[in-house]
Amino acid sequence: MRSRLAILVLLGLALAAPLVIYPVFLAKVLCFALFACAFNLLLGFAGLLSFGHAVFLGTGGYITGWLMINSGLTPEIAIIAGTVAGGLLGAVFGKLAVKREGIYFAMVTLALAQLVFFLYLQAPFTGGEDGLQGVPRGKAFGLIDLADNQTMYYFVLAIFLAGFWLIHRTVHSPFGQIMKAIRENESRATSLGYDVNQYKWIAFIISAALSALAGSTKTLVFELASLTDVHWHMSGEVILMTLVGGVGTIIGPLVGAGVVVSMQNYLSGGELGNYLHIIMGAVFVVCVLSFRSGIVGQFNKFRRNNF
Amino acid sequence: MATFLGINFFALFGQLLIGLINGSFYALLSLGLAIIFGLLRIINFAQGAMYMLGAFVALLGFKYIGMNYWVALLIVPIVVGVIGVLIQRFLIRPIANEDHLYSLLLTFGLALMIQGLFTHWFGSSGQSYPVPDALKGGVRLPFMYLPNYRAWIIVVSVLVCFSTWWMIEKTKLGVYLRAGTENPQLLQAFGINVPLIVTLTFGFGVGLAGFAGVMAAPVYSVSPDMGSNILIIVFAIVVIGGMGSIGGAILTGLGMGVVEGLTKYFYPEASATVIFLVMVIVLLIKPSGLFGKNA
Repeated sequence: MRSRLAILVLLGLALAAPLVIYPVFLAKVLCFALFACAFNLLLGFAGLLSFGHAVFLGTGGYITGWLMINSGLTPEIAIIAGTVAGGLLGAVFGKLAVKREGIYFAMVTLALAQLVFFLYLQAPFTGGEDGLQGVPRGKAFGLIDLADNQTMYYFVLAIFLAGFWLIHRTVHSPFGQIMKAIRENESRATSLGYDVNQYKWIAFIISAALSALAGSTKTLVFELASLTDVHWHMSGEVILMTLVGGVGTIIGPLVGAGVVVSMQNYLSGGELGNYLHIIMGAVFVVCVLSFRSGIVGQFNKFRRNNF
Repeated sequence: MATFLGINFFALFGQLLIGLINGSFYALLSLGLAIIFGLLRIINFAQGAMYMLGAFVALLGFKYIGMNYWVALLIVPIVVGVIGVLIQRFLIRPIANEDHLYSLLLTFGLALMIQGLFTHWFGSSGQSYPVPDALKGGVRLPFMYLPNYRAWIIVVSVLVCFSTWWMIEKTKLGVYLRAGTENPQLLQAFGINVPLIVTLTFGFGVGLAGFAGVMAAPVYSVSPDMGSNILIIVFAIVVIGGMGSIGGAILTGLGMGVVEGLTKYFYPEASATVIFLVMVIVLLIKPSGLFGKNA
């Protein structure tokens, strides 16, 4: 009952937020929140640390951007196409990456992402260093004009909620329980007759597709798809968001994305802009050393101990 | 006889030479990673940053206190190694009992910080470091021109790699290292100070990266992102070779450099991606890596 009330309050806040805060900023936070939630599905619930998730974000963005510029499709179709493309790429990468575990998994995903980064750098359809600029937002379902920032925000909010709900359902499904069992004790899951690699692979595909969904949406918001979204820095950023918010919590990545995006916006506006990467690195180090459960994890601990 | 069957031998050998040089650096870096992995079970994401640090310390030492190349070759690895020892002792050791992924993230954060700091101080453009006088010039071989410094890189890297391999496989210290890899608790029970060995090993692995940095300074431009670019390739190489054996890390490093050089000649478009493609093939055929044990 209390959690249902909390969800209603949060939803009310999300609906009212653009009256107070710049809607494009909010939409950016939601895109990254969805990206981080998708990443967390893999790290927090399946125990797999991917160091190449930017590639799915970027792929979704490029496909959607290219379709919006060249095909005249409506944005929801372009977004679905981007999501499917990300899922397919995830199926290929996942198949390769789940062959190795732990640290090797991280290195394989990073290397595969770098491979695609070089391909996108050379491929004609990505616009190389310039990226795809001036991507039109179009009319959702042919009816709703997304050119208005506020309308765009509500469109993004709807996508975010759909993605978030899907992740929530996945985590609480029998599939999600098996994923957690694999995280906790892989050999036991194997001995119980589960094909561990198959489960990891499916989790990887879901996570990749939702990351691409975030990337597709982000491209519409900013009317831009660029190499920044495929770069390994971006893969690091999503890890940072998840870590700051709380690995393995449902709401943590959302909080983490809010904190990290706000921090970046604040820093890049001021004279501290040059220090952005240094500060992000420092936040990483501090989180790992003394704040491993993240904001939401700490909050949950505090609540358990005091109430 | 410059061309035969449509192959330009001058260009081919030139690319092979560059491949061997790149391979020397891959070998030095993946050797350091493999040594650290053996005892600590972590991958040091800051290895690239340490390589960059080595190059910068040599460059700054030359600029401001006139430290020459030969002194740098001796001093810089020690400086970088000491930094590594401090990092291991004060940052990595406190979280050694947590999931190893946290140590990985810690070194990633450090790499971001170090690279960010150097970009802030020196900008992102490259700076050049002069080739030492004794190694200027080159030899004209029948099929190619071989600059002395490039020959020096290959010879010294191979020497350093194989003496490290020899030290680990054939000396008393190496026995401790390998015992620590197998079973640290048991080694500790025999009265060996395992935490000290772990810290020194980390310092040594990182020092190797610093050494590679000094060696690289005269041939590559010294820039803050030189480390991160090479590190991702080295990761792919580590996956290809597997970290089961020290010798394997060295051979894979050199071999992949040659593969990259050949690709640059025969199909230049793929030269940036060929090592990653090899990794994909190895993952499909032998997932544990060419020299890896099934783990």
